[in-house]
Amino acid sequence: MINSRPTSFNDPSCEAGKEIDMSLALPAPDMDRAITRISHEILERNSGSESITLLGIPTRGAHLAARLAAKIEAIEGRAVQCGTLDITLHRDDLRMRPPRALMPTTIPSMGVENRNIILVDDVLFSGRTIRAALDALGEIGRPASVQLAVLIDRGHRQLPIRADYVGKNLPTSLAQIIKVQFTELDGLDAVTLEEGAL
Amino acid sequence: MRHLLSIADLSSTQAIQILDTAEELSRVSDGPMKKLPTLRGRTIVNLFAEDSTRTRISFEAAAKRLSADVINFSAKGSSVSKGESLKDTAQTLQAMGADAVIIRHSASGAAQRLADSQWMTGSVINAGDGTHEHPSQALLDAFTIRKNLVHGGNDLTGIHVAIVGDIIHSRVARSNVLLLTKLGAHVTLVAPPTLLPTGVESWPVAISYDFDSVIGKVDVVMMLRIQLERMSELFFPNAREYSHYFGLNRDRLKMMKPTAIVMHPGPMNRGLEITADSADSARSVILQQVTNGVTVRMAILYLLLAGSQELGVQP
Repeated sequence: MINSRPTSFNDPSCEAGKEIDMSLALPAPDMDRAITRISHEILERNSGSESITLLGIPTRGAHLAARLAAKIEAIEGRAVQCGTLDITLHRDDLRMRPPRALMPTTIPSMGVENRNIILVDDVLFSGRTIRAALDALGEIGRPASVQLAVLIDRGHRQLPIRADYVGKNLPTSLAQIIKVQFTELDGLDAVTLEEGAL
Repeated sequence: MRHLLSIADLSSTQAIQILDTAEELSRVSDGPMKKLPTLRGRTIVNLFAEDSTRTRISFEAAAKRLSADVINFSAKGSSVSKGESLKDTAQTLQAMGADAVIIRHSASGAAQRLADSQWMTGSVINAGDGTHEHPSQALLDAFTIRKNLVHGGNDLTGIHVAIVGDIIHSRVARSNVLLLTKLGAHVTLVAPPTLLPTGVESWPVAISYDFDSVIGKVDVVMMLRIQLERMSELFFPNAREYSHYFGLNRDRLKMMKPTAIVMHPGPMNRGLEITADSADSARSVILQQVTNGVTVRMAILYLLLAGSQELGVQP
């Protein structure tokens, strides 16, 4: 494959990414281990699953939230509140793209008021999605706290946002593309790193 | 797509996309905070050269819930009544920086004229032009039918709709025939021959002059208003005879299928095309139509104004 694509000079991590054309960053067993670890971390930090509500950001964040919920239920032996939160209407880049389809927002039975909300997304990048999610959440109610769980943190933050639970830190260049796949959607579990045009 | 001028321009995919977007937006509107920041900083002009209550207010409510700025402009009390042309009005609005114009006009094709001209660059939304089309009404009707009668599936396949009354003057009927058939519904028009337009044989619908023979077979009875203001000649002998043959009353309500619903785009002539007890019965979804009107119009404004280019979707 061609390796002459421009890379970002303001980011040292791009040098590391240069070698890779397309590689498996997280194979299925490691993905499952990461989800298990995050589940335990969530339970540890919140002293159990009683006070928590998982909200996945569609599309892939919602699938990850469902995985985490299943894992937490298996550990604790009780149902956990899990739903989805669409952030499209709160995005700050709406004007730069064609209109996006709205995805479902489903808030579980206990709502968000005074709950410990765990926002779940597949990849943490600029942080703008999470900012929009915080706005969207604010429309619904006032949680006791908001925490963030992501499978991949790829860096390049544009806002002061950090994740509380990270599956894997993956330093990338801006030219690279991270692809998270879930069996439910894509037929297999994998995280791959591809070279792409900047 | 930049404009919403007629249902004829829409593909069924685009129509379903508007309905699906409205579906998601209705969940947001049910929440405690009804205001969304999505269209902050956009200016929308309601240009109503013809009287309207619910369409204008509905568009205004939809725009405000998406945080757009709304300027209301009605022909009465503006320079239009001094004889200002549509062109000058449009150029004035352009100069003021309108991002979209929602236009209602008594001339068929007024919205199309505005969109085709170089007078302004914003989006044009047709809120009813003469006896031509009223696309947002048809979309909210389809949305209401889907919400009440379709469980699973996103179009209206298998639904049988009767549209009853003043078809000839009704832009609502034209838009509805186009949209409902596009979404797979079967449509029967019920009216006296004098209230059917010429060329109706070429429409993709069945036609009946006998309301009683149709009412027991349909899932939706959509009553239309007798538009007395557009009637310069006599279309039926008298109001009583019309109500007797084509009005919805208690007896006809009993003939309907158990699950069937009653719709009316409003405003109603109670006692003429629909009796008060039919309009207020449990089958009536007339107020739901008004509520759904706001969410469907939010969806239209979102899809036309929030993004930058085509109505095509990016998942």
